[in-house]
Amino acid sequence: MKQETLFTLDTPYRQKLDVEGFRFGKGEKSLCVVGALRGNEVQQMYVCSQLVQQLKWMEAHNDLYAGHEILIIPCVNHFSMNVGSRFWAMDHTDINRMFPGYADGETTQRIAAALFDTVKEYQYGIQFASFYMPGDFVPHVRMMETGCHTASLANLFGLPFVMLHKPGPYDTATLNYNWQLWDTNAFSIYTKETDRIDDASAAQAVTAVLRFLSRLGVVKYTCHSGCLPSVLHEEDLTSVITPCGGVFRRLLGPGEYAEYGQVLGQLLDPFTGEVRAELRSPTSGTVFFAIHHPLCTEHTVAFRIIRRMRL
Amino acid sequence: MEQTIVSLQLPVQEALEIRKNRIAPPAGQDRGKRICIVTGVHGDELEGQYVIWELTRRLNAHPECLHGTVDLYPAVNPLGINSITRGVPLFDLDMNRIFPGTDQGHMAEYAAMKVMEDIQGADAALDIHASNIFLRELPQVRVNEASAGELVPLAKLLNVDFVWIHAASTVLESTLAHSLNAAGTRCLVVEMGVGMRITQNYGNQLIDGIFALMKHLGLWDGPTVPTRTPIVSRDEVAFINASEAGIFLPAVQHNGMVQAGQTLGVIADPLTGGTREMVTAPAAGLLFTLREYPVVYPGSLLARILKGGLSE
Repeated sequence: MKQETLFTLDTPYRQKLDVEGFRFGKGEKSLCVVGALRGNEVQQMYVCSQLVQQLKWMEAHNDLYAGHEILIIPCVNHFSMNVGSRFWAMDHTDINRMFPGYADGETTQRIAAALFDTVKEYQYGIQFASFYMPGDFVPHVRMMETGCHTASLANLFGLPFVMLHKPGPYDTATLNYNWQLWDTNAFSIYTKETDRIDDASAAQAVTAVLRFLSRLGVVKYTCHSGCLPSVLHEEDLTSVITPCGGVFRRLLGPGEYAEYGQVLGQLLDPFTGEVRAELRSPTSGTVFFAIHHPLCTEHTVAFRIIRRMRL
Repeated sequence: MEQTIVSLQLPVQEALEIRKNRIAPPAGQDRGKRICIVTGVHGDELEGQYVIWELTRRLNAHPECLHGTVDLYPAVNPLGINSITRGVPLFDLDMNRIFPGTDQGHMAEYAAMKVMEDIQGADAALDIHASNIFLRELPQVRVNEASAGELVPLAKLLNVDFVWIHAASTVLESTLAHSLNAAGTRCLVVEMGVGMRITQNYGNQLIDGIFALMKHLGLWDGPTVPTRTPIVSRDEVAFINASEAGIFLPAVQHNGMVQAGQTLGVIADPLTGGTREMVTAPAAGLLFTLREYPVVYPGSLLARILKGGLSE
């Protein structure tokens, strides 16, 4: 393993922002993994750290095949992480809305450009990402349908679901989207948590990446063959939207099966505890996404259900 | 007449309401054409607050001169304005990147859809912004090159200093203005002043332009003042970004002409008393953007110069 500073940004009154990378092996640029681009993506950074641990062990035991280079970048935005800000602390811009970046542009455009310059030549790219709506997911691989994507590659991770997402205008400045346009096979992996560590789903994500690498002939890794994933499109999911605001009580979580009409959660009056509304499943299926915040506004997407499918 | 465009219950006690004020000829009379004046999409941009207040005051003072409908939306993002937050609190995406909105998304996306529905069909709309807290801007209209042919003639009426025709960008397709223009409702974006502040003379300048536009559209036959002819520029703009981190101290006044090579300011290092960077103008022209907030990183935008910047 070789640790190196990939790029540096000077800052007023703080130490320089040094973005660190961990390189394994030599040869063709096979895989790059990017962790936290946002300051609250603690789980995403943690998964990368566990991947570094595994790869170190495998390197010591000659389990990395020759001719491949793997680069892990656990955290790009520790400047925000260290001050408790999800976005760039100075101007609240989102590095993951700045790709491919601009080397002569604004600060986060420069960070994105420096990162993209480092990661753009890899054959495969994995980002541990977080969603723009806070909540819990069934662990899955997400790919954008850019026309440059190869959905079947996502099956190699062996996670239960592969979600194909049609990019909207605001997706066109993400790392995943631009990776694909620059001929990298790009995947986003969503685990259960963002700002808290969940060891079980972190271990699942590490195993999924190593399974993927073993199937590509990059590492020697023996594990369960995982799932033959179901490939989903956004339109395969049904949203359950809150009809009022209140205190949210979740009764079913990601991965659990809901029967048609089953109560998924309740909204309570915050002062009296009276049930204002019951959120019933409009279909039978598996909960794919559920919010976890105890306070909920009217017209919030509280659940997303995979119609007529069991985990 | 005040109307609520959308009302959404918040978790505890209150509701989020986006409201507008409609000023129109009395019921029974021809309501004429309709113009929408929108502001407060970004909660930290307050220049439009004065514009809508003063515009309302003047319209109410002379109802006999109004021959159409004026819809005024002072706070599209009321939670943001209320909490000094640029975006919608507890929501990741910039509100001006989620239009035309959807009823299958987050509360903010639903609110965006309702705002869009309410404005759509107007004869013209203005979306008033105020840069951000970092930069001070000369009153200007920004127009996407794709809709320049239709919008620039209207923009010229608005009494701004210049009209910036900028290149199309996929990300900008989700702005309110782009979404309205794509739906056939002409919408102009005004940028002026600085975030978290109100510059009344800029507001008055724009209000004169709004009355000129309303007269042009046939909504207003009251007095108007002659408006200035703006510079129309197609991306002939020089950007000056910081190369070093530190404290930016400008050496020039905003809204002045500068020469190529002229010192625009320094990036100071108060810890050592040193100068980290001398910032100079890369071209001669009109300094229409100047940094207001002193702390800078490498890349922070310090100034923009309209090259030449004297005439159309």
